[in-house]
Amino acid sequence: MMKLCKPAGAVAVKLGLLLIAAAVASPAVAQTWEPTKPVTFVIPAGSGGGADQMARFIQGVVAKNNLMKQPMIAINKGGGAGAEGFLDVKKNNGDAHTIVITLSNLFTTPLATGVPFSWKDLTPVSMLALDQFVLWVNSEAPYKSAKEYVDAVKAGDDKKFKMGGTGSKQEDQIITVAIEKVTAPKKITYIPYAGGGAVATQLVGKHVDSTVNNPIEAVSQWKAGALRALCIFDSKRSIYTAKVTQNQAWSDIPTCKESGLDVQYQMLRGIFMSPGVKPEQVAYYVELFKKIMATDDWKKFMEDGAFNQTTMSGDEFKTWVEANEKLHYDLMKEAAFLAPGK
Amino acid sequence: MEEINSLLQGFAVALTPYNLVLMLVGIVLGVIIGVLPGLGGANGVAILLPLTFSMSPTSAIIMLSCIYWGALFGGAITSILFNIPGEPWSVATTFDGHPMAQKGRADEALTAAFTSSFVGALVAVLLITFLAPLVARFALKFGPAEFFAVYFLTFASFIGMGKGSPFKVIASMCLGFALGAVGLDKVTGTLRMTFGHEELLNGFDFLIAVIGLFGIGEILSSMESGLKFSGSHATIRFDAVLRTWKTLLTYWATSIRSCIIGCWMGITPGGATPASFMSYGLAKKFSKNGHNFGKGEIEGVIAPETAAHAAGTSALLPMLTLGIPGSPTAAVLLGGLMIWGLQPGPLLFVEQKEFVWGLIASMYLGNVVGLIVVLTCVPLFSAILRVPFSIIAPVILVICAIGAFTVHNSMFDVWLMLGFGVMGYVFQKLDYPLPPLVLAIVLGDKAEEGFRQALLGSQGSLTIFWSNPLVASIMGLGAILLFWPLLSWIKERKAVPAMQAHGVVGGAGNSQDQIGRLAQLRQRNAELKQKLAAAMIEHDGLQATTIDQLEADNRTLEARLERYEMEIANSRKDRGN
Repeated sequence: MMKLCKPAGAVAVKLGLLLIAAAVASPAVAQTWEPTKPVTFVIPAGSGGGADQMARFIQGVVAKNNLMKQPMIAINKGGGAGAEGFLDVKKNNGDAHTIVITLSNLFTTPLATGVPFSWKDLTPVSMLALDQFVLWVNSEAPYKSAKEYVDAVKAGDDKKFKMGGTGSKQEDQIITVAIEKVTAPKKITYIPYAGGGAVATQLVGKHVDSTVNNPIEAVSQWKAGALRALCIFDSKRSIYTAKVTQNQAWSDIPTCKESGLDVQYQMLRGIFMSPGVKPEQVAYYVELFKKIMATDDWKKFMEDGAFNQTTMSGDEFKTWVEANEKLHYDLMKEAAFLAPGK
Repeated sequence: MEEINSLLQGFAVALTPYNLVLMLVGIVLGVIIGVLPGLGGANGVAILLPLTFSMSPTSAIIMLSCIYWGALFGGAITSILFNIPGEPWSVATTFDGHPMAQKGRADEALTAAFTSSFVGALVAVLLITFLAPLVARFALKFGPAEFFAVYFLTFASFIGMGKGSPFKVIASMCLGFALGAVGLDKVTGTLRMTFGHEELLNGFDFLIAVIGLFGIGEILSSMESGLKFSGSHATIRFDAVLRTWKTLLTYWATSIRSCIIGCWMGITPGGATPASFMSYGLAKKFSKNGHNFGKGEIEGVIAPETAAHAAGTSALLPMLTLGIPGSPTAAVLLGGLMIWGLQPGPLLFVEQKEFVWGLIASMYLGNVVGLIVVLTCVPLFSAILRVPFSIIAPVILVICAIGAFTVHNSMFDVWLMLGFGVMGYVFQKLDYPLPPLVLAIVLGDKAEEGFRQALLGSQGSLTIFWSNPLVASIMGLGAILLFWPLLSWIKERKAVPAMQAHGVVGGAGNSQDQIGRLAQLRQRNAELKQKLAAAMIEHDGLQATTIDQLEADNRTLEARLERYEMEIANSRKDRGN
């Protein structure tokens, strides 16, 4: 079975002990630090995508609820598949006034392009949520389930099916490669687009046969009846039971595994800081994001985008990130997506 | 008509004193944002977005969209006055707007730009009001092949733009493609031509190139030609607006064509920048005064401004109806919608009637308010040119540097901008045209992306570019425009015997050479005449400012005129005998 995303539950006990040890060792990690100037919120992606939407939403929540004394300024630094933003944060050693939101390009960009950075160059703060991926087709397409879709790919000509996705050698293409293992020997043609919104529109216009858009990128088209959701790439169904379309809720979408397409993948939506920051500075942001996640606005945002609300911080988060990087490395190695020398 | 009813309700929502004040504030902020190069509408809206969270969604979107209109208006100001495009879509406005300012016609150029913007926007809003659902479906027909066809059409409409040698145009364009290709290759996800330099990850940003090539290049040229702006002598005339409006009416054909191009490019969504270039290129081809384009032709201002504003406005249509942003600014607005709890997409028109029609009504009102604001400021803007060069040039340099820095918040870009400035100056000296270079930097990578995506989908078969009537007709149109120079060359060849009969071209020999020679001589002739006038002014010291000096100068001129007239009369008599 293909398991692309391992929960870190097994190490939790060990981590707990470590945390206690850390607390005992440094009892003075009190919340004394606060930003003294505006905080730059780096978005390592272009405007309009999932990371951008979330970051700007967070900026809005902070401003609306007065959660920070200093303003938070979100800026897009999406050059080089996000390398621009990550390098910028990496460079500002010890700068506690810069934070960055991540997507999977935290792992995929250095591996695919060879640009010298990794998550180890940054300071992990919190995991905000895991973003889901859903297999979408046009609602006029004949396939009613993931199984029918896979059968159609298998029965069709090689490379006849077109999968639209965001970027190249990133999450969408990684999932496509995983689907191809199930549809083997038939391959799927992956077509990279600049952003998730464009991908969803291309599917509505039938320029591609399927997409693996994040829920938030495709929800409006789903609601309007232009798209059909075949399955969700998670280990279990979504928890959101409120009807989104006339007769379907997020929880009504079967998992891909139960429909015979055994692929799982979720994307980290997390916060990192520059390297070399002090523990009390990290603690400040951990608390800040706890407050953000406690707002009603955030809860609604999570439901609208059908996010998996797993959150963590500290060493637990670090271990999760480490495991997730390894996972991406293995997947990309298998797909021959690695840059020379990686 | 249901639309009219809804629209009237929309006006009722938008026309509260509070919302009108927000409109005014938005327009003024937008104009400032548009004037500052590099800041741009998208950044401006993003910075001001948090301010609007305490407002109702309708008020917020009214203010933010007014910032957007203001930025569209404001981009033209610096393009015309200083040759610095504040926004990507005002690059084409510099081609003729700035020469007009140099000739002392800045007020006319500004009025033409603002009025055309308004007309373009108005047509686009009418389109949104009455044809939204129909048009939205059309946008869905655009796949990679169609996008490539649109870019191809833009390039094709621009071929033959340069005044000089076609080889210089091609060289300039190829250099632009090369610069545009630096950075991440979006189709394979790998870096190319960065040679291990992290600074080059982003490639060469179009805005930095433009600020350098045009803005800094212009300052360098001005320094060479005597540390002053040509056009600084212009008197400020308050009737400029009415005077210019009269002439604008005669260019209705250009306006209509530009509106169509703009709306179409906004919806597809090609965007305002390609729309402005395409519209300029086509206006040059179809205008009676096409050969004068680039020297200060008012039509060369009308065409790009109308199209840019029509495209900028109609770009909001795919955003509202499909949830896809037609421009970066629209993308940020889209983010705003989500924060206010509105879900952009096909159902927004159904679920949020008040919001949508309030927004559409504010498009009408915002543009009217905007036009009034900027037009009343025309004399003020043109007066900026009267500030001494030694004061304004450093200010412009600083603004350019800030603009370049803002794009990625990186100092490297400021050096890059200066480098581009030197390049712009050298290009000018060597008579290489800049527009093809800029166009290739802006659209080169997008065209490449569309081309490669289309080929991926078709398994490498080129037939995809004429596989359906839509893409085939766009490609066909592009091909016609591409070979237009050839067609007009043939036409001219046919015209030669007629010209010979009239004694315009005499003697035997290769007729094509004759035409080239004729054009060269004509150009030289015009240059000499201009220089003669300048030399005379210099020679006789006719640069008076006070009453006494002016009286003396006028006496000198009268004496000269009298002498010339006498000589002309004498020579007529001689010939008569």
